[in-house]
Amino acid sequence: MATISLEHVTKRYPDGTEAVRDLNLDISDGEFIVFVGPSGCGKSTALNMIAGLEDISSGDLRIGGKVVNQLTPKDRDIAMVFQTYALYPHMTVRQNMAFPLKIAKVPQDEINRRVTEAAELLELTEHLDRKPANLSGGQRQRVAMGRAIVRNPQAFLMDEPLSNLDAKLRGQMRTSIARLQQRLKVTTVYVTHDQTEAMTLGDRIMVLRLGVMQQVGTPQELYDYPANLFVAGFIGSPSMNFMPGQLADGGLKWPLGDVSLPAEVVRRLEEDKAPRDVIVGIRPENFEDAELVEGAKRDQGSIMSVKPEVLESLGSDVLAYFPVPRPEASQVAELERVAAEVGTGDAPGSGSTFVARLSPATRARVANSFDLWFDTHKLHLFDAHTGRALGR
Amino acid sequence: MTAVAAPTVKRAARVRTAAPQMPARRKASWATVNVITVAWTLFPIWWLVALAFKDPTTLTDGSFWPNKWSWTNFSGIFHGSAFVRPLINSIGIGVISTVISVVLATMAAYAVARLNFPGKGLLIGVSLMIAMFPAISLVNPMFNIERAIGLFNTWPGLIIPYLAFSLPLAIYTLSAFFREIPWDLEKAAKVDGASQRQIFMTVIAPLALPGIATTSILVFMFCWNDFIFAISLTSTNDARTAPAAMGFFTGVSQFTFPIGSIAAAAVIITIPIVIFVVIFQRRIVAGMTSGAVKG
Repeated sequence: MATISLEHVTKRYPDGTEAVRDLNLDISDGEFIVFVGPSGCGKSTALNMIAGLEDISSGDLRIGGKVVNQLTPKDRDIAMVFQTYALYPHMTVRQNMAFPLKIAKVPQDEINRRVTEAAELLELTEHLDRKPANLSGGQRQRVAMGRAIVRNPQAFLMDEPLSNLDAKLRGQMRTSIARLQQRLKVTTVYVTHDQTEAMTLGDRIMVLRLGVMQQVGTPQELYDYPANLFVAGFIGSPSMNFMPGQLADGGLKWPLGDVSLPAEVVRRLEEDKAPRDVIVGIRPENFEDAELVEGAKRDQGSIMSVKPEVLESLGSDVLAYFPVPRPEASQVAELERVAAEVGTGDAPGSGSTFVARLSPATRARVANSFDLWFDTHKLHLFDAHTGRALGR
Repeated sequence: MTAVAAPTVKRAARVRTAAPQMPARRKASWATVNVITVAWTLFPIWWLVALAFKDPTTLTDGSFWPNKWSWTNFSGIFHGSAFVRPLINSIGIGVISTVISVVLATMAAYAVARLNFPGKGLLIGVSLMIAMFPAISLVNPMFNIERAIGLFNTWPGLIIPYLAFSLPLAIYTLSAFFREIPWDLEKAAKVDGASQRQIFMTVIAPLALPGIATTSILVFMFCWNDFIFAISLTSTNDARTAPAAMGFFTGVSQFTFPIGSIAAAAVIITIPIVIFVVIFQRRIVAGMTSGAVKG
């Protein structure tokens, strides 16, 4: 177990493209950190550099305080779980799990003890003498985990370990990975493109985009205070709704009607020297059917009348998709840039449709107007030009 | 609504019932073509076997079936060293060439498939060019070179040209197999602490075994079947291989053609090839890598 720290770590390919740019991160001992981002954001490259499978072009990588840039993977004492599991097909489960120990010349009875122990932990005991080809996807995944834990490594590196499983199994394995990590307390770096996995697993999350770190923080921090438009759009499901607007006289003018902002927000915006043109973001969960909001809470927010086009009932919630006025022509370009930036494209929640997450008690009906309440304290404001979060 | 739908359903049903007839007809035509092809290929072999088992007195009776079965031809060629010694040469030279060629090719193919090094394209190009070079044009210079350096009429004198001609083929075949092995396995082994040599020996080579088997058969067959080098670079039974030795068979008298002995020898030299294929065929099973990755 060890700390891992990246200092100005950069990966530059011979053709000049930078897969990872100036990454700075301190991972503490026993921490579970998740690298998340869309495909091509450099998260796997970053992981491979920690593993030693790719060279570091510049910067320092320290494991346990020691610079390991020049060390081969075998001298870094880390274990890795691959998306494809990468089990050796010609070896049995037992041989697969024993392989790293055998290479390290661990005595045979010690190997047996550790393999048996790991197999029990992962409920693989009865499959020890089978070949990977005869195992199900979930079992293969567990063998890959087993091969990593038998070594008692300094750190676990996991490269999208659950992506090849079906949704239900993925959920189960997610819980067991979390439990395993809490039990073993080994520093873990986990790469995924799935923000749900990131939110549920990570002690901290690092969001990457085009090789550049966007934000690092606990799942709640990322959710509550996204540093920029990209993080705001990436974290949370369904993703945040965006709409351009203007700040004026302590209030917000946007196509959904003028909103007076809470005094505290206005003060912070002033401190931040917020520009006039902003992009307003609001999470689906910060909406509610106005009839279901009472008292002081109702006064915290603002109410508008909307006509839902689609209602999706999830049992615990109802997702309402409703059209919003198209922004002025001059603002459409801005909005499209935002959608592209966030990677949501034409998905609901961008463009001219908003999505709201309502209580199942709502009486909203498709194509019938109803009053929708939203929490003005929970509005996220971003600089329309730089995408930076304002007034945080 | 139903009235409209009905004809569509009927048409669909007709198409479905008509469909199985096509494969049946195709099957029949395929079977015919196959039978003809197999008969065409196997008939000369049968003729050879029949000749080998005929008694020398009935050799020219014009029948494709031995009327009088006899081992005379076989006992004849195994009497004395005219065939036995070349057979030993053939086996020895063939096996040694195959082992060396496959070991070298396995390493070279791994490099070609997995590493990027300067001059890789050139190396592949040149090796392919060697494989395509007509052997006959090299026989004369090689004859002279081998005589000058004392390799003429020795085992190494044949093994070396066999290596030169079989290596490109072996490298090419094997590198195709290596490319099939998922990269992640190698990365996993690397993270598991294996050195490059351990990765190759414990992970890559075992997985390439089907490819190695296939290549071995190809190389062995090339060496075993070779006639042109064997006849040109040998002069006595010290190194002469079986196919070349058959050209020196003599009949009972100098006026009889040794057709029976040649047929028997031909049957004998076919046997190792059959054995080789039977042994290795079980290894040439695709799907050795199934289970490595999600499949």
